[in-house]
Amino acid sequence: MKTCEKILLTNMEQPGYTGSLADYEGTGGYTALKAVLGKTPPNDLIEMVKKSGLRGRGGAGFPTGVKWGFIPKDHPGPKYLCCNADESEPGTFKDRQLMERDPHQVLEGIAISCYAIGAQTAYIYIRGEFRLAAKILERAIADAYQAGHLGSDIYGSGVTVNVSVHVGAGAYICGEETALLESLEGKRGKPRTKPPFPATHGLYQKPTVVNNVETLANVPHIVNRGADWFASIGVPPKSTGTRVFCLSGHVKRPGNYELPVNATFRDLIFELGGGMRSDKPLKAFIPGGASAPFLTPDHVDVQMDFESVAMAGSMSGSGGITVMEEGTSMVWAALRLMEFFYHESCGKCTPCREGSSWIVQILQRIMNKQGRPEDLRTLTEICENIGGRTVCAFGDAEIAPVQSTLKYWRNEYEVLIEEAEALKGSRKEIPVLSLAR
Amino acid sequence: MIFHKHQDAVNEILSRYPVKRSAMLPLLNLAQKEEGYVSQAAIREIAGILDLTPPQVFETATFYTMLNLKPIGKFHVQVCRSLMCALVGADPLIEWLRKHLGIGLGQTTEDKMFTLSTVECLGSCGTGPMMQINDDYYERLTEDKVGRILQDLRETGDCSLKSGPFLVPERGEGVVSQ
Repeated sequence: MKTCEKILLTNMEQPGYTGSLADYEGTGGYTALKAVLGKTPPNDLIEMVKKSGLRGRGGAGFPTGVKWGFIPKDHPGPKYLCCNADESEPGTFKDRQLMERDPHQVLEGIAISCYAIGAQTAYIYIRGEFRLAAKILERAIADAYQAGHLGSDIYGSGVTVNVSVHVGAGAYICGEETALLESLEGKRGKPRTKPPFPATHGLYQKPTVVNNVETLANVPHIVNRGADWFASIGVPPKSTGTRVFCLSGHVKRPGNYELPVNATFRDLIFELGGGMRSDKPLKAFIPGGASAPFLTPDHVDVQMDFESVAMAGSMSGSGGITVMEEGTSMVWAALRLMEFFYHESCGKCTPCREGSSWIVQILQRIMNKQGRPEDLRTLTEICENIGGRTVCAFGDAEIAPVQSTLKYWRNEYEVLIEEAEALKGSRKEIPVLSLAR
Repeated sequence: MIFHKHQDAVNEILSRYPVKRSAMLPLLNLAQKEEGYVSQAAIREIAGILDLTPPQVFETATFYTMLNLKPIGKFHVQVCRSLMCALVGADPLIEWLRKHLGIGLGQTTEDKMFTLSTVECLGSCGTGPMMQINDDYYERLTEDKVGRILQDLRETGDCSLKSGPFLVPERGEGVVSQ
């Protein structure tokens, strides 16, 4: 099994570690911020993060240093950093743990990143349901101000960083970076058409970087131990460092496990996760949150880095791995995820808004044994008319469960439709489930 | 006047942003905390504070599923129905709750104590089935556990089974040498 020293979870897994400011400082917390503020030129920090190979942990995997480099250097400001704590990709629950158990690790990452991009203001956009995490962060921010780690003229360096928590109110799409900005501006959370990109026209049309919680939490460690150290973990130069993988579903020990990015699904599911919860064998797994196409037992030896999972026909996404045992209906699983996407579609783009409702209706009737022979072709066509035809990546995400289950378990759909054909005329029509948003 | 006695909180919220409208969600959340839902009066007040029209505030509020635009029960029981929780038993639990409370989804018990809803993923996939009641998460649910939670809430207004700071697996639990 591929292992390495943990970076992000080391502290919180120590007995007695509470995540308080004293605990964090006691393990060397805020030394990275002290070391760089007013001493390391911001551009050197951007180069350091580029060299480390750190990529976004929210789902898209965009190189963090490159994103920072897009911020125009000659812009008079203000510039903004938004910490994306909207964690809402089904199957993902790592940011919640990072915020609730070691909030200062996130805050130090935010402060360093603000300095690197020249932002004086950071907003932590946290999903509305995470009330406890928001409370813990607010307390940590107050403590950090009190201790002089945040605020104006930090450590006498002349650098100002102000951080506040912005609590959302329940909308998956607000994890999409431009929808997050719209929501933060007090509007409906609908993604913006790009370009222009947030790096030049972000929050209030000012240069803005949006980074995920886990991404930012890695930054102090890269500063402390160097880009080369970070880049030596995983598969340099493209996928480096560790990831906190979230394991859920039919396994013995679900939870958050930090592994080098190139560990395999087998390492996670069968070693750390203890394998299947009952004696039923593995049937399918989702490798990177609900937006990632399903994979099969043939793929358990694939490495979990971005490139390897893409090569296998899916995506590493947000690092949420959901395991399903033999006996789970794949049509049902696709329907459940599709109902999620239907519920969460923001409604801006017609293919996504209408397509998601059509797919849900078709899957519901197949599950109700009212499917029609032409349904599989219709499903395929609807998916093809959504993919790549929407403003944001939601459209591509919502078709993943349907396309991938059709690819690997098409026979399950066919059996249900054949049963419907056999039942035709012999029973009363079962009403199709209602589509309540 | 909902915000009258929270003038300091309102000012603090407004001070965080260079543009007033950004205070929209914080104020809507504050209104809901105060009244249990977002009333038309609250919407008019927020519009006044933010220099917007009431329809602009209402239009924004309708986008966000956590904002209740109608009164609900004292405790809002929201059970996750997404795939990850459904794999580990969310559906029977929802059915059990419907029977136990004697209400359908989206309905409120006669004593105005509980409103039952299903919601999509709340970010606790490793500890399902789970539910949120008002500000608190309850995880790794069983029928017995849910029964006790409802009883505690009914009798004391609080329940010690709510989740604390999240760590799964817990320290020492299921440790495999790494």
